Amino acid sequence: MSAGAAMTGLPINHSINRRTLLASTAAAVLVGLTPAHARFLSGEVPWAPGAATPPEPATPGGWLFFTPDEARAVEAIVERLIPADELSPSGKDAGCAVFIDRQLAGPYGAAERLYMKPPFATNAAPEFGPQSPLSPAQQYRAGLKALDAWCKANRGGKSFADLSPTERDTVLTAMEKGEAKFEGFGARPLFNLVLQNTMEGFFADPLYGGNRDMVGWKLIGFPGARYDYRDFIDHVTDPYPLPPVGLQGRAGWTPGR
Amino acid sequence: MARKLPKKDVVIIGLGWTGSLLAHELTDAGLDVVAIERGPWRDTSTDFSPTQDPDELRYGIRLDLFLRPAQETFTLRHNVAQQALPIRWPGAFIVGNGVGGAGVHWNGHTWRFLETDFTLKSHLTQRYGASALPEDMQIEDWGVTYADLEPYYDKFEYIAGTSGRAGNIQGKMQAGGNPFEGPRTRDYPLPPLKDTAPTALFAKTASEMGYHAFPRPASNASEAYVNPLGIAMGPCTYCGFCERFGCGNYSKASPQANVLPVLMRKSNFSVRTECEVLHINKHPGGNVATGVTFVDSSGEEWDQPADIVLVCAYGLHNVRMMLLSGIGQPYDPKTGEGVVGRNYAYQSAGAAGLLFEGKRFNPFVGAGSLGQCIDDFNGDNFDHAGLGFVGGASITTSNYHGRPIAMSATRAPGTPAWGSAWKKQVASTYQNTSAVAGQGSVYSYRDKYLDLDPVYKDRFGRPLLRMTFDWHENEKKMTRFIAQKCAEIGKAMGAKHVTPRSLPDHFNVVPYQSTHNTGGAIMGDNPKRSAVNRYLQSWDAHNVFVIGASAFPQNAGYNPTGTVGALALWAADAIRNQYLKNPGPLVQA
Amino acid sequence: MSSVLSRLFACAFGLAVAGTPLLAHADGQDFVTIERGRYLATAGDCISCHTAPGGKPFAGGRGIMTPFGVIYTPNITPDRDTGLGAWSNDQFVAAMQHGVGQNGELLYPALPYPYYTKVRRDDLVAIKAYLDTLDPVRNEAPPNGLPFPLNVRTALLGWNMLFFTPGEFKPDAAKSEEWNRGAYLVEGLGHCGACHTPKNQLGGDKTDKVLAGGVLDEWYAPNLGSDLRTGLGAWSVEDIVQYLKTGRNAKSAASGPMAEVVYYSTQHMTDADLKAMATYLKDRPSAPAAPAPKPLPAEDPVMKAGLAVYQDNCSACHVSTGAGIARLFPALKDSAVVQADEVQTLVRIIDQGTRATATKTAPTGPGMPAFNWKLNDVQTAAVITYIRNAWGNAAAPVSAEDVKRIRGRLTDTAATP
Repeated sequence: MSAGAAMTGLPINHSINRRTLLASTAAAVLVGLTPAHARFLSGEVPWAPGAATPPEPATPGGWLFFTPDEARAVEAIVERLIPADELSPSGKDAGCAVFIDRQLAGPYGAAERLYMKPPFATNAAPEFGPQSPLSPAQQYRAGLKALDAWCKANRGGKSFADLSPTERDTVLTAMEKGEAKFEGFGARPLFNLVLQNTMEGFFADPLYGGNRDMVGWKLIGFPGARYDYRDFIDHVTDPYPLPPVGLQGRAGWTPGR
Repeated sequence: MARKLPKKDVVIIGLGWTGSLLAHELTDAGLDVVAIERGPWRDTSTDFSPTQDPDELRYGIRLDLFLRPAQETFTLRHNVAQQALPIRWPGAFIVGNGVGGAGVHWNGHTWRFLETDFTLKSHLTQRYGASALPEDMQIEDWGVTYADLEPYYDKFEYIAGTSGRAGNIQGKMQAGGNPFEGPRTRDYPLPPLKDTAPTALFAKTASEMGYHAFPRPASNASEAYVNPLGIAMGPCTYCGFCERFGCGNYSKASPQANVLPVLMRKSNFSVRTECEVLHINKHPGGNVATGVTFVDSSGEEWDQPADIVLVCAYGLHNVRMMLLSGIGQPYDPKTGEGVVGRNYAYQSAGAAGLLFEGKRFNPFVGAGSLGQCIDDFNGDNFDHAGLGFVGGASITTSNYHGRPIAMSATRAPGTPAWGSAWKKQVASTYQNTSAVAGQGSVYSYRDKYLDLDPVYKDRFGRPLLRMTFDWHENEKKMTRFIAQKCAEIGKAMGAKHVTPRSLPDHFNVVPYQSTHNTGGAIMGDNPKRSAVNRYLQSWDAHNVFVIGASAFPQNAGYNPTGTVGALALWAADAIRNQYLKNPGPLVQA
Repeated sequence: MSSVLSRLFACAFGLAVAGTPLLAHADGQDFVTIERGRYLATAGDCISCHTAPGGKPFAGGRGIMTPFGVIYTPNITPDRDTGLGAWSNDQFVAAMQHGVGQNGELLYPALPYPYYTKVRRDDLVAIKAYLDTLDPVRNEAPPNGLPFPLNVRTALLGWNMLFFTPGEFKPDAAKSEEWNRGAYLVEGLGHCGACHTPKNQLGGDKTDKVLAGGVLDEWYAPNLGSDLRTGLGAWSVEDIVQYLKTGRNAKSAASGPMAEVVYYSTQHMTDADLKAMATYLKDRPSAPAAPAPKPLPAEDPVMKAGLAVYQDNCSACHVSTGAGIARLFPALKDSAVVQADEVQTLVRIIDQGTRATATKTAPTGPGMPAFNWKLNDVQTAAVITYIRNAWGNAAAPVSAEDVKRIRGRLTDTAATP
């Protein structure tokens, strides 16, 4: 073995670190003119130690997007969309509102990936998909404001979060059916958006802030971020023997837990 | 002003399946090849390893590996009278991006089209008479036959490590295979994948009903494999993260897993990533291209001169590139003249959703292409006389994922979408859901086509591609027929709820349907009705080859990748063995 | 301290000071000699150390990071001012066989002359003849950044007295021609001991533990002795040949520093030479096997946690039985690297990932993903302990403190394999 080979990078695939990668002709040409991302690759499959594109976990702590009132309203909604019962904790206790908050504070909320160039059609047929000029974050802001106004006007001056569970279900049903008429933002679009995001939060990997303790996965029997069922496929209708696991692990990864 | 780079023999637009296959063949022929890919470099251990891959939100819902509409999207209208609107977030179809292209996120279905699919117009006319076809139907023969392509299908399947069971080897029928397939030289390189409970139930039931069940051809390796390039694949682990995901353990075929390890080592190959081709440059006087102009991620423009230009992007993007570059006359639906944009087609679905009771399917154990199929109602495998439509579908029960966000919306008829009642049933539906699904043909019509949108632009100010498309009565009838067949099988399988589904009144971009957009730069033997000849060579610029499903004159009842791979290798062979010896049109118009 | 010194001494060719120009092209210029020289230079893997990242081959300037500073390899192209163009054959042979520079100065044993001393003069002259045919590249290596007293070369006199035994390889008449050819390559040009022989406090080979496994730069170069558990005992001659030729076999895959050896050197060697090396390695007297420790029981809490980590993260490639997939994913069961006393390689590749070398005959370079964002020290220690004690493997458990210590050394620089 060449001892020297151990010490620094050579321009071959298995021996370049991030710095040498950038310096190497194998990795980046247009030298001096090279933009941040464009790469010129030749001669080998590039690779660098430690290179990975890991997921970005939800930031812990308080609300990043919602105002306190918005947060109360969303928690009150997700608590009814997924109520606590003998099968699982509620959507609120599963972290669905936290999940939505973090999503709205990030690229999803900002519509970073969407085509957002005008003109924005109004009254487009639903077959043509969403045509709103509002990002998801803006839709929540406008929609929750409209919900609050509607509740105060139609439910004795109360906010949605101050309604009883039964009353909240009645309002949500009216939104779902399009029977409640909101000012400024549609009741049904708001309902559909929150329902979609709540289900995402309840069943996404826990690292995004929802599906706390993998309660969503436990409810349906999904074993999570697993990648190998070869030992199980010949018994595929048996109960799956291992507990669910998230991308950041499970208790069993730590001795004594 | 674009800055000029040293000339190459070949420039390739897009490094997915077709680009990497062509690059491999042409570098073997000694040519100096550069590929220009607008997405990022991506590789197995760094971009979709098992440590990060099984992440439904990131890849399945937020579509991390896909082309973002903010970069480029399409506009849609149902007919020429409408104002087209942009698809602001992908729904009906989702388009790949980055090195590997759709070959990263596909499921691995690796079909060969039927022999009659390649001679569709003459076959149907001969069998049923021209009057049996709708007047505005604009189907064509391909200009190649199944027999022409067979060696290239074979080559692609062996490169991809396809798992399956042959039905017809050199004319000898094989038990347990597809009896409707064209004769193949030899069996698949790998045996079929294992079945799961619903797929086994489908195969048993369909066989009892007199149909001919066979395992779906899958480029998910059923065993460890070494392909003819010397590249190794690992065995599929049935993790269920194929569609929309890269494969973390080298078992789903992809350019990364099956071609690039050899291609990238060649000194006469290079790739520029995150560089987007703006247009192909034409020689001012002649019928040739001189190269391409691309823009890098800092916004700087570059000219890459080349002797040969290979358009290897996603099919729809191939068409847009031709239109943006002025290569070939744009199609005009009013006159029926022009070729680029002509004969756009898609994929149709007729299916039956199944909900069982008391099962434990454990749907998360699956593979992208794991399924059992029948071809008894595909193409012209059955007599269409009196049915009022042509075309058909491959019918499958598959088990390709158990992703919980996607499956949380599955409900028994009449049950709520939220609340305690929803929760009570979701655990049961998760374990009891299956489907019998027909993936159907879509034939081409005079008024369904592609052109450049007059209003909406991409981030560089170039017009988006406009799709003028809606469902025609022929396909609606066909999918109703298929849905009924699916429902019959589903009932016989013992499902408690069977929900037939066929095409809606109008094409809807919101729910995911299929990413199998075809046509727009179709192949054929007549330069007035096709954009490229039988070797996928532009009739208008002989050093431009346009490779992909854009070449399909209409779409068959199968996934396209097997045929796209075969066409790529077929075109590569023509370039290597004919064009290089005598550059010029390979077919005289 | 010892590992630092061993790295220092094993890794850098001391600066050759330019001196009186001499005619370098006096003899040995015929085609056969040059081709033999090319082959021998490949067998010696000269290109690895003498090429800078992105630099011209053999033009030197590869920076060797050490905690004491950087050592740069010299230019060995025939450039008269900055390379070997002015060196005579005698000077070249003196450097290779005795660690003496062009003007008689002592070279750091980073140029592995303690091994090259065994190479016959005619072979060295052939290598020089080949190097003389390269395009001269003008490239002055930057000055070494070694502080006092490491920059005082006279200290090497004492080192040579203690650890350097000059002399060409002496064939063993009792052994076959093949065995002797293998011994000549392994002990000489191949300089396998530079990594695989553990070093003493001053960086000299531990002569009682030749090829018994060595640590460098948080990699562990495994024991090449006959131990079944931690050595090559379970490898056949064919296994070794396949490994050196393709970078992998049914048991293992070359990554890290060994990946470079295979990539630049052994994959280009003849089957006969690889078989000779394997034959010698399999028939070499080696240190007696250490007794295997008693494996940890499965119910041990660390083993249970390690199993959980393994099932959830590792089995998709390495298989639940630890058997791996031939040509793609190394077996962990019965693996020498897994059961070695030293665990640097295991910690490193779990933390940083690694990539098996891609060769002509095995072009796929499968990558192990980095777990640095995913597994903490306790979990990493648990899974390493598990794979060292599962499936019949047996080796000492690894503590989270060990993992933390090794991880701490995997700085961005040291992370380079």
